[in-house]
Amino acid sequence: MRYVIVGSGPAGLSAIEAIREVDSEGEVILITAERFVGYSKPLITYLLGGRVTKENMYYRTEERLREINVEARSATKVEKVLVDERAVVTHTGEKVAFDKLLLAVGGRPFVPKIEGLDQKEGIFTFTTWEDEERIEEYVKKRGITKAVVLGGGLIGLKTAEALMDLGVKVTIVEVADRILPVTFDKKASEMIERALETLGCEVITNDTVVEVKGRKAISSVVLKSGKEIPTGLLVIAIGVRPNVEFLKGSGIEVNRGILVNERMETNVEGIYAAGDCAEFYDLVDGQRKVIAIWPVAVAQGRVAGYNMAGRNVRYPGSIPMNSVEIAGVPTVSVGHSNVEGEEYEIFTYEDGRTYKKVVIKDNKLVGAIFVNDIDRAGIYTGLILQKLDVSSFKEKLLAEDFGLVYLPREFRKKMLEGEMRIWLE
Amino acid sequence: MIGVRKILIREEYCMGCKLCEINCVAAQVGTENLIKIFRYVPELPEPKVIVEEHDYITFALQCRNCYDASCLKACMTGAMHRDPRTGAITVNEEKCVGCWMCVMVCPFGVVKRNLKKKKVASKCDLCAERGSPACVEGCPNEALVLIEVRE
Repeated sequence: MRYVIVGSGPAGLSAIEAIREVDSEGEVILITAERFVGYSKPLITYLLGGRVTKENMYYRTEERLREINVEARSATKVEKVLVDERAVVTHTGEKVAFDKLLLAVGGRPFVPKIEGLDQKEGIFTFTTWEDEERIEEYVKKRGITKAVVLGGGLIGLKTAEALMDLGVKVTIVEVADRILPVTFDKKASEMIERALETLGCEVITNDTVVEVKGRKAISSVVLKSGKEIPTGLLVIAIGVRPNVEFLKGSGIEVNRGILVNERMETNVEGIYAAGDCAEFYDLVDGQRKVIAIWPVAVAQGRVAGYNMAGRNVRYPGSIPMNSVEIAGVPTVSVGHSNVEGEEYEIFTYEDGRTYKKVVIKDNKLVGAIFVNDIDRAGIYTGLILQKLDVSSFKEKLLAEDFGLVYLPREFRKKMLEGEMRIWLE
Repeated sequence: MIGVRKILIREEYCMGCKLCEINCVAAQVGTENLIKIFRYVPELPEPKVIVEEHDYITFALQCRNCYDASCLKACMTGAMHRDPRTGAITVNEEKCVGCWMCVMVCPFGVVKRNLKKKKVASKCDLCAERGSPACVEGCPNEALVLIEVRE
């Protein structure tokens, strides 16, 4: 049996470990377009800011991969999947045959059309370790003191924070009316924006970059509002899209992401997909979507791996969620927390420093936000994922001493006895 | 299949005396003398066991070392890992960057932030170094019991 895993992010690595739990004999080949294998992508902003060492960048080391008998091929791009021949074709033209294939190819940064963007130095996207090396070198060699980050989402904010760690003055430009428009609600966004401003970061909303000026290297950006901001660096962090263009015409069904069933298998038998490139159902609203977050990638990769190796497990679906500490303010957003409408019942708690919010729909918890006081936030995540009817204790959800003690006794008993399957069925 | 040690929580026996919390703190400091530590040790660590109370219900709660552990899936650094020897999930503090993804997903709410030390999430590791969980040993009413299960 030969397993081919394309992509060395959390989905690919988890799949490999799941395969090895079941099958210690089969041949496992890991192919990744990147030079570095087994590192954690979310840590690249921490590396840029000097908050993590190079040694600690690795989620799984190459040594660990060798130990479990994985052949890793780095800097190798898969350009085609030959469904009938059951092989992938790499950028060198080499064909690698497979019995089971996992596509865990992640996402690619989206770059909008901006006048003057092409072929200027000092303009970067920031999603890989190699990007980090380029940005760090550019900032240090050129002595960059000012930067513009386009995009006020999570990657944009973490990038801004890292640049500030390097002593760079940062302006964030966000097209929506507030930062983190997708992840958080208005109140939470405001609190995070204020925290960023206390660190000296400028935040511009309702605006975007329409032109990049400069001769060889970038010297300023022009905003839609007409404002011009001098800058030595532009990081484009608008978002990431599933990396699926290379599958066009392959016979593998793709919508926004690669379509998979609950076993993480695509429409082609023996070919699986997981992580930021895969599209599956949201557990709460039942909509097909790409949920490009770490825990979902790990869970999906694991389900795919088990199934590839012959076990039969199902992925129950998940929800968007994020935890991030920005400018010293810890924040958590889980599920459908930024919603409006009669069908939702919303409870909030606020005391200047702290903000908490829970969203209930049809007697079930569907979303939650926590700013500053995030302790025990996981209980709420668990209640959403387990779809518990919370109507009998909903008034207590934001009580200071809220905990498992408020849950129905039978449900608590089941949880404590370990009869709970959140990520795999 | 491995034998995994687990702490069984028996809420019907719990009196809410919180001796488990005190024993946990003592074990972290490295002493068995409960009275002395509160008198003489500055900057005591937080207990890794929580006593929950409401109305007539009370019980002690610490990491369940779940089979299908949420924290293991959420950890983006590899800091959170299962100790192959004990089956307990432990944190490599060197690797943890304090992103709090584990706090976000733990359905029991028992992964705590260690704000005193560093921005490192700390959690119950079943007293891996000590050998036997101090909270269980210190419970006067067997509301916490150590058991072994096969997984």
